[in-house]
Amino acid sequence: MDAEISLTVDGEPRRLTVDTRTTLLDALRERLGNPSPKKGCDHGQCGACTVLLDGDRALSCLALAVAHDGAEITTADGLAVGGELHPVQQAFVDRDAFQCGYCTPGQICSAVGVLDEVRRGWPSAATPDLGAEPELSHAEVAERMSGNLCRCAAYVNIVPAVQQAGGVTA
Amino acid sequence: MKPFAYARPADVAEAVRTVAGDPGAVFLGGGTNLVDHLKLGVARPDLVVDVRRLTARTIVDLDDGGLRIGAAVTNAELAADRRVRERYPVLAQALLSGATGQLRNQATTGGNPLQRTRCAYFQDVTTPCNKREPGSGCTAVGGSTRNHAILGTPGALPDPTAAETCIATHPSDMAVALAALDALVHVQGPAGERLVPFPELHRLPGDDPSRDTVLAHGELITAIDLPPLPAGARSAYRKVRDRASYAFALVSVAAVVPRDGEVRLALGGVAHRPWRARRAEELLRGAVLTEHAVRAAMEAELAAAQPQPGVDGGNGFKITLVQRTVVATLRDLAPEA
Repeated sequence: MDAEISLTVDGEPRRLTVDTRTTLLDALRERLGNPSPKKGCDHGQCGACTVLLDGDRALSCLALAVAHDGAEITTADGLAVGGELHPVQQAFVDRDAFQCGYCTPGQICSAVGVLDEVRRGWPSAATPDLGAEPELSHAEVAERMSGNLCRCAAYVNIVPAVQQAGGVTA
Repeated sequence: MKPFAYARPADVAEAVRTVAGDPGAVFLGGGTNLVDHLKLGVARPDLVVDVRRLTARTIVDLDDGGLRIGAAVTNAELAADRRVRERYPVLAQALLSGATGQLRNQATTGGNPLQRTRCAYFQDVTTPCNKREPGSGCTAVGGSTRNHAILGTPGALPDPTAAETCIATHPSDMAVALAALDALVHVQGPAGERLVPFPELHRLPGDDPSRDTVLAHGELITAIDLPPLPAGARSAYRKVRDRASYAFALVSVAAVVPRDGEVRLALGGVAHRPWRARRAEELLRGAVLTEHAVRAAMEAELAAAQPQPGVDGGNGFKITLVQRTVVATLRDLAPEA
């Protein structure tokens, strides 16, 4: 069954008709021609499809497009401004934080979300004191990024990249 | 995926009326579990009724010192709330130990307790499962049972062909904390609102494993109240799993320890529902929480445990593991004992 929806994708307003079964991931990739979010597992287990959905990092494979009519979505493709890489993207380049690159757009969107959550003072399971402001320690980054799998195992460089983008000099 | 219609009603009353009047309708919250089930064929609704924007997305102070959490509050927002972190650390810790940052941004307060078991056979539509297809049997019995129940099961060697057999566990961390906190669930049904004490929300398999909770078809969780804890009460959640992050609990413990008074204990990963350890609570009432006393209380609690054999070695390890986890949790909360 079809439904007409509007989405703002990387700043651009789009209208489209989707089958109610269409996920946000398939709408972005197959209908709007934005291949930046990747289909890894398609079951919410790998994080490759991570986008910023109304400002928060989310799994686009577990979101029905029809349920997000009117949403504002930022993919890794829309993070650079005027040809200038987003600090998280630049940090991934500087720190060699990928190998094959398939999980990278999801990693980068997730990292942008992580830095925002830390700025808001949100704790994680790795925060030693729930009452204190979280710091971007290695353990904090590893825990907060645990929903993004990298089969090349670039984690050893992903963690410093996220720390660098968050202003931690390591 | 089977085709379905999608509806976004104007308010809770209309949503409840719509689902109550249509056996093929389901509520959609954050979708983290339902959308996966639509893909797997575990859920095959004709109509998906979106309630994500219909209930409150606020956490408000109650006159008695407690909190009312709107059903649309996300797991991430709830775990980050200052009042929750300060007054109900057991709940913040449980939420933060579950899923990932992305999923916690999507999952809701109303939806999390209603997520279904992660029993591999329930999620595999090619195998018999009494929960998914009543009367078809249970593939978990004698299969891989590492993640399955040891309490509230139908016996030492359940009959895999019997219609009531189910050894699934409830997967939610949040629900274990809410059971220990004696939270109150606001439920809207076609006939009006009712309050369900959280420890009574989930069922044991009984004679109908397809029903996870006491909610009738069409009843919707609109809010969850956290009653105030006694002054000076401490609380904590401890989770044991196969890897350090992003895994469901093998066992978990939610504990509330008042300065003096009644210890509250809920166990996760051991039963079809969050398991309030009433027998252990009773034995620990007024007692000094020494390791010896806690161990003895947990031995009594687990006297009726039925470890399941399995091709993966079974789940007998959970008896010792959950006992030790309770000892460790209470030692942290009441170190002077």
